[in-house]
Amino acid sequence: MRKVSRLSRFNIASLALGLAFLYLPILILVIYSFNASRLVTVWGGWSLRWYHEFFNDRAMIEAAWMSLRVAVSSATIATLLGTLAAVTLSRGERFRGRTLFSGMLYAPLVMPEVITGLSLLLLFVALNAERGFWTVTIAHTTLTMCFVAVVVQSRLGSLDRSLEEAAMDLGCNPVRAFVAVTLPLIAPAIVAGWMLAFTLSLDDLVIASFTTGPGSATLPIRIYSEVRLGVKPEINAICTLVIALIAVVIVIASLASKLSSSQGESAAPL
Amino acid sequence: MSSRRIFARPARFAAIAPYVWMLLFFLVPFGFVLKISLSQTAIAQPPYEPVFDLMAGWEALKAAFAALSIDNFRLIASDDIYVFAYVRSLTVAVTATALLLVIGYPIAYGMARLPKRWQAVAMVLVIVPFWTSFLIRIYAWINILQHDGLLNQILLALHLVSQPVVWLSTDTAMYIGIVYSYLPFMILPLYATLAKMEPVLEEAASDLGAPPWQVFWLVTFPLSLPGVGAGVLLCFIPIVGEFVIPDLLAGSNSLMIGQTLWLEFFTNKDWPVASAAAIVLLVLLLVPLLLYERLQKRQLEQGR
Repeated sequence: MRKVSRLSRFNIASLALGLAFLYLPILILVIYSFNASRLVTVWGGWSLRWYHEFFNDRAMIEAAWMSLRVAVSSATIATLLGTLAAVTLSRGERFRGRTLFSGMLYAPLVMPEVITGLSLLLLFVALNAERGFWTVTIAHTTLTMCFVAVVVQSRLGSLDRSLEEAAMDLGCNPVRAFVAVTLPLIAPAIVAGWMLAFTLSLDDLVIASFTTGPGSATLPIRIYSEVRLGVKPEINAICTLVIALIAVVIVIASLASKLSSSQGESAAPL
Repeated sequence: MSSRRIFARPARFAAIAPYVWMLLFFLVPFGFVLKISLSQTAIAQPPYEPVFDLMAGWEALKAAFAALSIDNFRLIASDDIYVFAYVRSLTVAVTATALLLVIGYPIAYGMARLPKRWQAVAMVLVIVPFWTSFLIRIYAWINILQHDGLLNQILLALHLVSQPVVWLSTDTAMYIGIVYSYLPFMILPLYATLAKMEPVLEEAASDLGAPPWQVFWLVTFPLSLPGVGAGVLLCFIPIVGEFVIPDLLAGSNSLMIGQTLWLEFFTNKDWPVASAAAIVLLVLLLVPLLLYERLQKRQLEQGR
């Protein structure tokens, strides 16, 4: 048998250091969120004091609620549109404006957020739209749709086309073949795409700052304005809660993609 | 009947939805940015003029067109603050991307050398931080880097320094934050190409007597160039426009362009100049953006 892996000590060391670098800061933050002391630097024993403080902070709770609503609605619309876009690009015939379409679809992946945020705000102002929940939702949908499209498209690319063609040879019309054969196969990728869109929306500060109106701040906007004033233990608690929520989402997403791993390559959540 | 023709008429209608969405909310807004970058600041709501009013008739529209000017771009080109901000953004992005490549490459290489089963685990471990909030990860570093934070406490306890070191509000802190946040974006494309590489190629080179560094430099690295290109673009482009990391971790004496744009927009309420700054930023990024576009398309369509 061919030697597949030759792990050197250097390989192991760089991997271990890299993973430690990625995880230690988050771990430290979680530990500090249970610190009883007001001083971030002094360990005052374990306590849930800062969680209590958060749940009594009305403005924070409202911002968290706003963020959750935006994340759920924008992720849902983005998943719908992103899946349609992925299917159009990888299954549809070549159409006029295809290059423009795929260009527009992938650009937001790397476009600096300040530009996307500013341009959307100027559009909303020109349309005289009232800024708040819906404008942020539309902005986040635009941003996250491309992530969904990439996830779904990579799954579609690894599928065997002959399954669809077999269904059509057996008399399904194309739409029916898609719904009965393709859709169940790409379902895990769609779930993963939704999760990714959800977390990205929950996370976004810059685009939300541009597109929201007075009185409807999202959680990252609140956290950001608090952090600018200095470190507060309450923020550690909020961050830990967000991390816990995202951890749940990741577990669900990975379970969903595991369901499909028997059907070949599993969809990478990126 | 052509079996390739997947879309019947109702389905084709549905397929148009994402297209229309992106046109309306991604492409059209750039038109507004361009238009407002050519306008003048005004104390009004919205804070710029002229305002196009399609109802006002042809003459008024012509007058509005005539009022457009490139003054804002002249201002940006002549004002040191902007020139410095653009130069700084590019310098920071180049430095950070180089750091990311140097740090990310060994990690991706280590991953690709793992047994197959462990590779999947390692990949999940690299992706997970990408899912956790960006802002939270920066905040985690503020906890560590602040004056009496963990890093200084450790350094003091080990007697490596006699006084707390100032970490926050320095370029060092900013680079730590950028590398930390963008590392998964660098590792994943690198890993993807490295994992596909045949290990026999490296073995052949070393059997023929090449020392390890030569094997790496003459075989491994050239073969991984597509991954390097993807990783570099995926990091470089957003870093140029980065706002949150320099704002929270770097000092306020030299700003990146994302910060000046933000300041101009939110603090000075000068929308036209902010728009002009955005246009210049976009033009600067046009070449890397187009390169990235081509790469992305090629990658996704290989499976077709």
